[in-house]
Amino acid sequence: MTDTTARPRTDGGVVAPAGGAVGTARTRLEGRDKVTGAARYAADVPFDGLAHGWLVLSTVARGRITSMDTAAVLGMPGVLGVVHHGNAPRLHPAGLFGPDGQLQLLQDDRVPHVGRPVALVVARTPQQARAGAAALTVTYAQEPHDTVFRAGHPAGRPAPAAPARPDADLGDVEAEIAAAPVVVDQRYTTPEEHHSAMEPHASMARWEDGRLEVVDSNQGSFMVARVLATLFGLDQEIVRVRAEHVGGGFGSKGVGPQLVLAVMAATLLRRPVRVALTRRQVFSTTGLRPATEQRLRLASDSTGRLRAIDHATAAFTSTIQEYVERNTEASNVMYAADAIRTRTTVVPLDLPTPGWMRGPGAAAGSFALESAMDELAQAVGVDPVELRLRNEPSAGPVSGLPFSSRNLAACLREGARRFGWADRDPRPGTRREGRWLLGTGVACGSYGAGALPSTAAITARADGSYTVSVGAADIGTGARTALALVAADALGVPPESVRMRIADSRLGAAWFAGGSKGTASWSWAVTAAAADLRERLASVDRVPPDGVTGRGDTTDAIGALGKQERQSYGAQFAEVAVDTGTGEVRVRRMLGMFAAGRIVNPLTARSQLVGGMTMGLSMALHEEGARDEALGALVNSDFAGYHISAHADVPDIEADWVEDVDDSNPSGIKGVGEVGIAGTAAAIANAVWHATGVRHRALPVRLDRVLESGFPAAR
Amino acid sequence: MPPSTTSAITLRVNGEAHALTVDNRTTLLDALRDGLDLTGTKKGCDHGQCGACTVLVDGRRALSCLQFAVAAEGRGITTVEGIADGEALHPVQQAFLDLDGYQCGYCTPGQICSAVAVIEEHAAGWPSAATADVRPEAGPVALDAAEIRERMSGNLCRCGAYNAIVRAVAQAADARGTDSAAVTA
Ligand code: FES
Ligand code: FES
Repeated sequence: MTDTTARPRTDGGVVAPAGGAVGTARTRLEGRDKVTGAARYAADVPFDGLAHGWLVLSTVARGRITSMDTAAVLGMPGVLGVVHHGNAPRLHPAGLFGPDGQLQLLQDDRVPHVGRPVALVVARTPQQARAGAAALTVTYAQEPHDTVFRAGHPAGRPAPAAPARPDADLGDVEAEIAAAPVVVDQRYTTPEEHHSAMEPHASMARWEDGRLEVVDSNQGSFMVARVLATLFGLDQEIVRVRAEHVGGGFGSKGVGPQLVLAVMAATLLRRPVRVALTRRQVFSTTGLRPATEQRLRLASDSTGRLRAIDHATAAFTSTIQEYVERNTEASNVMYAADAIRTRTTVVPLDLPTPGWMRGPGAAAGSFALESAMDELAQAVGVDPVELRLRNEPSAGPVSGLPFSSRNLAACLREGARRFGWADRDPRPGTRREGRWLLGTGVACGSYGAGALPSTAAITARADGSYTVSVGAADIGTGARTALALVAADALGVPPESVRMRIADSRLGAAWFAGGSKGTASWSWAVTAAAADLRERLASVDRVPPDGVTGRGDTTDAIGALGKQERQSYGAQFAEVAVDTGTGEVRVRRMLGMFAAGRIVNPLTARSQLVGGMTMGLSMALHEEGARDEALGALVNSDFAGYHISAHADVPDIEADWVEDVDDSNPSGIKGVGEVGIAGTAAAIANAVWHATGVRHRALPVRLDRVLESGFPAAR
Repeated sequence: MPPSTTSAITLRVNGEAHALTVDNRTTLLDALRDGLDLTGTKKGCDHGQCGACTVLVDGRRALSCLQFAVAAEGRGITTVEGIADGEALHPVQQAFLDLDGYQCGYCTPGQICSAVAVIEEHAAGWPSAATADVRPEAGPVALDAAEIRERMSGNLCRCGAYNAIVRAVAQAADARGTDSAAVTA
């Protein structure tokens, strides 16, 4: 793929060997630092004179702050200050995607939900700050609150259309349903869920020589710096945000409350301040996946060919920021049907604002759609894999646009073959092993792919090395390593000669590690920078001491892209065992086959897909944020009460992929961060039906729900 | 004079003695991280629920967020920074690196400390809840995936690297052979 004459001449005119790095398994560049403890995350970087901030959160669900006894706290040992709505710097409207009410912290006396930050106590040590925060007495004028979500809630209103895709209205859904011989009409619910990245959010802020320096735990330092500058009315030039290592994000690490408060405190106290959230504070203040209630109506002819898909969803949001959980997205693209209708409702309640959580929209949406497909297969009497194959569309069913690539059928066929699906007895409750009932299930999923404008620079050095600078984030995705492979191939050099600089807002405009578009976006910019560098190197005999730099900016190229349906797809298979004594569901094995574009680094891509499926297993069986109606508060805001899958819950999971060539983007990358969780919960719930004969339409499939619903299929 | 709220203590960490003065409320975890700048040990919950803060105390795994620093005096503490033999990674560390037994890496120090101890616990004949026959005369059980999963379940990983972690622990246990990979402080 490389042209010898255009290949960069490096040290002494030695021609570097050709590429081929993309597609080969590589261990992580920062691997040694991670296994030796040398990798420093946001709360690990020491600073001279560092002070520590501790959040104080509201304890009422709605009302006003009437008093705050700061004097008593200011007299405590080590306490340096208390930041609250009476002294906090005034903020300007700002947010990652338009003004975000969540970021308007300590601006007035209003309390919009339990767990809203109302003060920050700053002290010399974390122990002193914590003691001060515990001692701060805040009184409230409480108002009646409403924190109980349901689809028919009177506050519900139609969601604003997504920028890319309005609600679907293809054909006449009612007429098709009325005329169809087979109709499935069911409601599915999913609970509030929490990202639970293992690293609690942390930020350090300090002013140095008139510049604001931030060490943060985030998913995109450039975008965070831009928001911070707008929020505090600063020139972005003087704001620097870095996030070298990030302990997971899953959508929760945008502009965190700890960052805004750390900057406030550093500004007021004129010294470096670190704010690290406690685990409970992470649960309360950093977003969540909202509870959803979805109604699915599927109508088909007697062979299972779909005549109508009617998907209506409702989810809650807060009163301070509108978040829309787009559960119906996949219903636009998964299956061909004569009529497709989608409707999305938001219900504002006195609750914390939800946010993107791994597979936003898709994780919960696929549970409803893919459970309903399983019910349709049962109603029609056709194999669920076959049912899906029969409804495979040739173009976007609603949009009519061509697919950039789509290999869901290959995923289904290859997955079925490897899983041994052909041997499955379709009747439920027929496999028994002692006290266990066994069953298998299948479900599909998709997640939007694409790239967003980013910039990158690559500097060739006289010693033959190349430094790639791109505002990427590596929150565990393996982006750092993947981008080095992409750069190596684009330059025609071995990956060992590439050094990566990422996660610094100074490296220029770049998209977020989000929406499964991070690596695709950054790779494209890196490829463009490599092309520019090669051109520049072609005109020099020798690399000068200060190097030669090439730059890439994908804004125009992305703007010129034609309209297509761009998604990653996957088919997942699960086998469960259900304990007839306790109702416990154990997943015995899972297989996911994916069509996710070019796989840059098979080692880390597989980890991400398996990781998504693991989170899907956790969603299917364990996770449920429980709120107390009277208090409006989360009652299980820790890992004792909010269980996420542990080692013993997770069986062998196989994730693999089929060839999927998407040449609408020069990198061919689609992203693997979210598609792994799309469909997992439905595959498991469908397997539970197959094992027991009971359909579970409410997540999680808890022991008590299984026990109470019985085992009617078991003989 | 009010009673002192601080203590001067000596902690023996990774074979070295460190004198430091701590607020009596300081956990071992905070003393390691803030007092000794050994930030490899992570705080995921501070409540004994996640395992990110796992260290070895006198060779046995312990949650450093659940111990006060003042109570750790006189103990031999090993953190993730003390697992490798100089530049040479411990077999457990090498297996995590080679098999991608992590993603974000935040739970990793705790997983690695736990894994080192698990291999030793197993080698010493300790049973687990996954062990079918726990009578001493039943002899050692194989350290298979079920045993590893059970023994490692105190270490949460939200990235979902469990599959690769189990493989890494198994590989390191296999490699242990006769030349003990035990870590002592
Ligand atoms: S930080 Fe100690 S167990 Fe979580
Ligand atoms: S590697 Fe991220 S939590 Fe385990």
